[in-house]
Amino acid sequence: MAEIMLKSLAHSYLESPRHAEDFAIREMTHVWQQGGAYALLGPSGCGKSTLLNIISGLLVPTSGEVHFDGNVVNPLPPEERNIAQVFQFPVVYDTMTVYDNLAFPLRNVETSETKVSERVEEVADVLDLTSLLKRKAKNLTADEKQKVSMGRGLVRDDVSAILFDEPLTVIDPHLKWKLRRKLKEIHQRFNITMIYVTHDQLEASTFADKIAVMYEGQVVQFGSPRELFERPGHTFVGYFIGSPGMNFMRVRASDGHLYSGDVLLPITSSSLYENVTRCTSDNIQLGIRPEFIEVHDTPVERALESEVIQVQDLGTYSILSLRLGNVALKARVEEGEPLPADKAYIHFPEAWTGLYVDEYRVESGDE
Amino acid sequence: MTNAKPTTPEAVNQQAAKEAARRRRRSRTALRRWRPKLLLGAYLLFVLLPIYWLLNMSFQSNSEILGQFSFVPQDITLEHYMKIFTDSSWYMGYVNSLIYVLINMLISILVALPAAYAFSRFQFIGDKHLFFWLLTNLMAPPAVFLLPYFQLYYTVGLFDTHVAVALAHCLFNIPLAVWILEGFMSSVPKEIDETAFIDGYSFPRFFVKIFIPMIRSGIGVTLFFLFMFSWVELLLARTLTSTGAQPIASVMTRTSTASGVDWGTLAAAGVLTILPGIFVVYFVRNHIAKGFALGRT
Amino acid sequence: MNKIRNNRAWLLILPMLLLVAFSAIIPLMTVVNYSVQDVFDAHTRFFTGTEWFEATLNDRDLQAALLRQFAFSFTVLAIEVPLGIGIALLMPKRGWQASAVLVLVTLPLLIPWNVVGSIWQIFTRGDIGLMGVGLRGMGYGYSITSSAVDAWATIVLMDVWHWTPLIALLCYSGLRAIPEAYYQAARIDRASKWSVFRYIQLPKLTNVLVIGILLRFMHSFMIYAEPFVLTGGGPGSSTTFLSQSLTTMAIAQQDLGPSAAFSLIYFLIILLVCWVFYTAIMNMQKEKYHGES
Repeated sequence: MAEIMLKSLAHSYLESPRHAEDFAIREMTHVWQQGGAYALLGPSGCGKSTLLNIISGLLVPTSGEVHFDGNVVNPLPPEERNIAQVFQFPVVYDTMTVYDNLAFPLRNVETSETKVSERVEEVADVLDLTSLLKRKAKNLTADEKQKVSMGRGLVRDDVSAILFDEPLTVIDPHLKWKLRRKLKEIHQRFNITMIYVTHDQLEASTFADKIAVMYEGQVVQFGSPRELFERPGHTFVGYFIGSPGMNFMRVRASDGHLYSGDVLLPITSSSLYENVTRCTSDNIQLGIRPEFIEVHDTPVERALESEVIQVQDLGTYSILSLRLGNVALKARVEEGEPLPADKAYIHFPEAWTGLYVDEYRVESGDE
Repeated sequence: MTNAKPTTPEAVNQQAAKEAARRRRRSRTALRRWRPKLLLGAYLLFVLLPIYWLLNMSFQSNSEILGQFSFVPQDITLEHYMKIFTDSSWYMGYVNSLIYVLINMLISILVALPAAYAFSRFQFIGDKHLFFWLLTNLMAPPAVFLLPYFQLYYTVGLFDTHVAVALAHCLFNIPLAVWILEGFMSSVPKEIDETAFIDGYSFPRFFVKIFIPMIRSGIGVTLFFLFMFSWVELLLARTLTSTGAQPIASVMTRTSTASGVDWGTLAAAGVLTILPGIFVVYFVRNHIAKGFALGRT
Repeated sequence: MNKIRNNRAWLLILPMLLLVAFSAIIPLMTVVNYSVQDVFDAHTRFFTGTEWFEATLNDRDLQAALLRQFAFSFTVLAIEVPLGIGIALLMPKRGWQASAVLVLVTLPLLIPWNVVGSIWQIFTRGDIGLMGVGLRGMGYGYSITSSAVDAWATIVLMDVWHWTPLIALLCYSGLRAIPEAYYQAARIDRASKWSVFRYIQLPKLTNVLVIGILLRFMHSFMIYAEPFVLTGGGPGSSTTFLSQSLTTMAIAQQDLGPSAAFSLIYFLIILLVCWVFYTAIMNMQKEKYHGES
């Protein structure tokens, strides 16, 4: 069990990387506390698996250090890092039985057979593999094979951390939920650091206490699922988490007011205005989640008139597609609330409105 | 260095500390890292040395070959090569060999493609027995067929023609081609065929336009094997020809005469038989790695 | 794969069948025909029944040649299979080195068999050969024309040189088909190099190795041109293998009947060994994979 720290870590698959785009992992520093259940969330190709392979030692980073409990482990190969990793597609040793597969990681370090059988039976029980123990791994279904792969990771009770690389891709949907629960259970029982890579926000938030969202080779936000939803630290987090994603409007400050295109945005907080005027960048956006936009079917004070393009009825709620000036917005209206027909009057509560400069969130002073 | 793998995180930390010391001793492990390359290098040396010696001899005059022992030609001469390229009975040997090899490759692949398709896709009366019988032809020693072939081709008037050798080599090359192609075709999902037929492709059009391009590397590898086994075979080729279609392999026996062996010319002729092989390997080098598994991994 | 039942498939097979029948069945019938007759000339022949077969089976020289043949085939298999696997494991997997090594390793396979004999003849001769002169220089009285041991060792060495590439290439492509994830998982599981070989690489090589061993057995059992050129079967008859005995009998001595009987026995032995080997492997695999399910 260990605290894992990545220090100024960067990695490129090219021999002599020159531009930022050449890097699969851009320079970053990050700490995974001992005993945490973490998810690493991001779209495919953002560097999640690369990061995982660097932690486990399968890849040697181009620069930077990996620390386990304060010790640099860069020169250690994976077999000496005492780490378990489960891959996206099942890897089983075809010629062995399920039992031998599960026992393999233990036997490789000369564990006594009594200990081996104790551990294997315990893990087989947790993963519902007991009835298959004597079967050859070759003839299992994809589901079962993946459970065996996971079992090989879990069978070691002394690991520094267990890394999961989208382990449930090949698993049946109804089993997915069950296995995720199992993992959570195992995490609580053994207090092992677990890092779970996925591109599925639901999977990430049900498994993890804290989620690291990766985008273009960097962790753009690290927080609880709630934080990611309520205060996305980066426009990408806004888009990627929640469905539909966050609305963003480009804004500019002019003679004491904020404008999005030609539309004047009524605001009360002066610090927001000041923050905007202080920016040297011209990439300034306001972001608000569809859930937090207040929608009225009649004009109210400080509400902006917008055009309703489309209404999508999703049962317990509806998603409105709106046009404000020349900006497209989405808003969520719960069942039972008045649904505007062609004109909607919308209001942005400032508590839920974030300011994003160069894609990153800037907190206003008075909040 | 210790090979023990740590089983507790504390041990990992110790290991990390030790690693720092180990880096200073890296030089000692250099041998371990280089060992695979050294072993492979030794094997390649073993492969190349006899070929090098042949090359070495081919550039020496016969008096130098017999007179003094030298690792490199002291006085490079092209006389042996000139002799081969100026004497039509010599160079026609290469031409003859290449002609029957190409005819054989063409015939073999043309009849093997549909046959392999039938074996990989359909079940029919006697399919398993037929396939087994085909493979038994692969196991037939050419020496067994020497005499009957001679008589057969003599009777049908094909003796001493390129076609005779090409047909004789079909004995083992067609079964080989069917066998290799069947492996590749079986790894192409049957749904491809069904989709194409639903899309209105006729069988010949589907076969040529869709199926053959899909097993391109398989065909490449098959042609490689066909070339290889036809090019290297001597016994049948020699028996079925006299002067008109004499293969290079049997022309080479001329270097051995009552007055001794013409080593230089033998070596030069040998070097020239290796060249087509190098050309063919270079051509398919990107397919060999995958293709040698014959679609069966 | 589920195959469709369709007897029209015979149409696709027909051209192939006609050609192979022409090259295999007609000559084979001729051989069978000769094997039961005593042929004096084109018009005089007698039916002899199994006489030639009995004579062949009791021929001391042929028995000796058969034993030598088996000894040779098993020796080269025992060397070439492990060596080929080893070479395949050592070959670089990517980059220009991979292509270069691949081409070099394949080279001996594409040299005409009699030229292979010539290459080794030139290489090993005591007066002009690098190996021959080298060994003599080191004080060993190496001679393939007078020492049966030297002749044998040289022919085995030549065969290893000639055919190990086939095993190596088959294994190399088998190894290339193993996904990288398997090696990664093995490292994570702290498997030793031996375990990786035993549980990941070797199982993936079974298929290609079966093919390789079958091909190698067949070809080594039919070997003709290389020893013929290199040693001419000598010294004495110490390196005379079956094909050479047969050719001498059929062409040089024109003993049509006995050589035909010999041919059939020769052919049947190869068939039998291949069949036994193949069936044994298939049964082993079946047991291994399905025995307990």
